Amino acid sequence: MPVQYEGIRQEHVAVRTRAGLFDVSHMGEIETSGPGAEAFLQHLLSNDVTRIAADGAQYSVLCREDGGVLDDLFTYRLGEDRFLTVTNAANHERDHDWFARHAGEFDVSVKDAAGDYAMLALQGPEARAILARHIEGEAPGRMRTSRARVAGVDCLVCGTGYTGEDGVELLIPPDGAVAVWDALTGDGADPVGLGARDTLRLEVCFHLYGNDLSEDRNPIEAGLGWVCKLDTNFIGAEALRGYEPADALVPFAFTEQGIPRQGNPILVDGSPAGEVTSGTMSPCLEIGIGMGYVPVTAREPGTKIEVDVRGKLRPAEVRERPLYRKEQ
Amino acid sequence: MADESYPEGLLYHPEHDWAKVDGETATFGVTWYAQDQLGEVVFFDPPDVGSQVSAGAAYAEVESVKAVSDVFAPMSGEVTEVNEALKDTPEKINDDPYGEGWMVRVRLSDPSEADSLMDVNAYKESLGS
Repeated sequence: MPVQYEGIRQEHVAVRTRAGLFDVSHMGEIETSGPGAEAFLQHLLSNDVTRIAADGAQYSVLCREDGGVLDDLFTYRLGEDRFLTVTNAANHERDHDWFARHAGEFDVSVKDAAGDYAMLALQGPEARAILARHIEGEAPGRMRTSRARVAGVDCLVCGTGYTGEDGVELLIPPDGAVAVWDALTGDGADPVGLGARDTLRLEVCFHLYGNDLSEDRNPIEAGLGWVCKLDTNFIGAEALRGYEPADALVPFAFTEQGIPRQGNPILVDGSPAGEVTSGTMSPCLEIGIGMGYVPVTAREPGTKIEVDVRGKLRPAEVRERPLYRKEQ
Repeated sequence: MADESYPEGLLYHPEHDWAKVDGETATFGVTWYAQDQLGEVVFFDPPDVGSQVSAGAAYAEVESVKAVSDVFAPMSGEVTEVNEALKDTPEKINDDPYGEGWMVRVRLSDPSEADSLMDVNAYKESLGS
């Protein structure tokens, strides 16, 4: 996946106003199957896996015993005893090792399925209209999946995404990916690169592993308590029970000029108190935006902070999630 | 974005900056090649008027959505004017790098530094074009 095709801002706007297609085939997949599959995933994943419907999808994190985040993932239920979990490319091997290491106590088979799937994300207000012209079968609703032929290729169609726009993600046999890509880009979906993928997700405050999530932070600090169902007793739940965070991940926007970047110090009341984990110029808001960890005392929207951008203090304000909201 | 061009009559620095010298003063900016490498400029952070710039040292920053780059001074001197229009329209650096995309005007402290800069042919050769 290139950083850009025609330009980050142009590709970003295409997804917000029309439709874009991302080649996210670098993402990994792990297939978990067998009579113990649900109980196994319930043990590993932070969310309540028993609540994934027959054709459902669910977001969760994978934690260490101490609550440190190993990855954030989407899991799709392919059948009663069969699940597909999509991993971040850089974490895939570690995730798979983690799955395999814990599988022993369960009647389950864990398969590294990264080679079985290419993945394309079709996103934007016109995404579903474009899909409708190429799909044989039902398109899934949001957070649902369906099996369908797209451009003549059997796909797992998932009503998920990473842009804040409506759309689908397609899990495709690798030898069919080019046909799907050509059909969709030939019918109004602009190719979109990694650069716009980052600006789109940051405008709507979706986490990026390696920036906003790491083993050194737990999901409560990261604002992902909502995907942690502690009563399922997943690995890490014990450490998170009753946990009172000292820091919180917050979205912020600059109130004057400048662009925050990952690693810039955040100042609260004039003193260094945290660090930017993601930062960019928002193509839609046309201001510098970012996320970063600050002491919980500074987490309230409206709190004035400063960001030290290579020696210059830039005034900023903690904001509500998401930073960008579609006009109704 | 503008078409690739390197005007005659400018002096070029290896960090892809140009200077247009007029007696004791000069105008600085970045070349077509520099803006092309950077991509769409979304922010220009100028130096203060009155500040000193040194040949070969960074004096300003330009940022695309994805990355920050330093802008290097081709010659030394004192900044007498900055292109205020770039504050609201930094994309002029892409659209017109030798015209409306100019960055600063400088009162030169050593006009003979011009001798160490490249003319258009030498600069084009350095780009391998």
